[in-house]
Amino acid sequence: MNNVYAYILLMAVVTYAIRALPLTLIRKEIKSTFIRSFLYYVPYATLAAMTFPAILSATDSRFSAIAGFAVALILAFYKKSLLTVAGCACAAAFLVELFIR
Amino acid sequence: MNIGKFSDFKEGVRDAVPIFLGYIAVSFAFGIESSKIGMTVVQSAMTSLLNVTSAGQFSALKIIHENGSFIELAVLQFIINLRYMLMSAALSQRLDPRLGTLHRLGISYGVTDEIFGVSVLKKGGLYPMYSYGLISLSVFGWVLGTVLGAIAGQIMPQRLISCLGLAIYGMFIAIIIPDTRENKNVRAVVVIAMVLSTIFAFAPFLNCISSGFRIIIITVLVAAGAAKVAPVREEENE
Repeated sequence: MNNVYAYILLMAVVTYAIRALPLTLIRKEIKSTFIRSFLYYVPYATLAAMTFPAILSATDSRFSAIAGFAVALILAFYKKSLLTVAGCACAAAFLVELFIR
Repeated sequence: MNIGKFSDFKEGVRDAVPIFLGYIAVSFAFGIESSKIGMTVVQSAMTSLLNVTSAGQFSALKIIHENGSFIELAVLQFIINLRYMLMSAALSQRLDPRLGTLHRLGISYGVTDEIFGVSVLKKGGLYPMYSYGLISLSVFGWVLGTVLGAIAGQIMPQRLISCLGLAIYGMFIAIIIPDTRENKNVRAVVVIAMVLSTIFAFAPFLNCISSGFRIIIITVLVAAGAAKVAPVREEENE
């Protein structure tokens, strides 16, 4: 925890470069189907890998985490908004924790 | 070259209201998590102001907490935020080709999933003034939520904090799951990534890999595999 500012600045520079380079440099469309496809799948693979199994230990109790996960899956499946899905997942976990303690 | 009027700025601010609300909720969770690993309120707020990237910031916390290597952090941010390149490239097609570099650099700052989504769907041309309005309120919500979370995270009851830890995962699920309904390739990518991630987390030897590199490895494997097996045609992309 010594170089927190160095970490923050490093990630800011990397993230900004990713955003700024295409907008300022690339004027032509990306032609490679492979690269386009790869970039298309990246967010799904990343977010899925980050979510599971980490979500199971996101709360203090595995039961509340599973409840929250289930509620989020169902609401997301029915295309509820980001705010609704995140909020209801938290609420479901909270209710379960109230119940089991 | 037309960069738009003040009315475009106001329109951007108005369109950013839903993003503002959503960002407060999600960055609130980030504020809590960052205070948990011992970051100060200023450090948390600075992270949000300079990065504006939910998945990137959350994943960075673990590396910062464990004093991970700079290379690991840089590579992880690059991989996780690689999608912004595609968005940025798509946005560049929506701008006036004569638009100067300075405005392009300004718009670049606010390329996030949500801001991109609203900008790219904007009817008519995309004016920098509109983007600036959109970015201003969105980032304000992002930083405000972070500060509130970092402060309140320390005084809120543990049971509530425990549950708010789910907010970010709820958001990730809300982003990826809807597309799994129509697109079976996306569905396969999500399921395979989750299965691999579980194997990496628990299997002997594999569980020695830090979570940062685990995500990088899985993302590259699964996304490259999917791109090879099921290349995306132009019309399927939208």
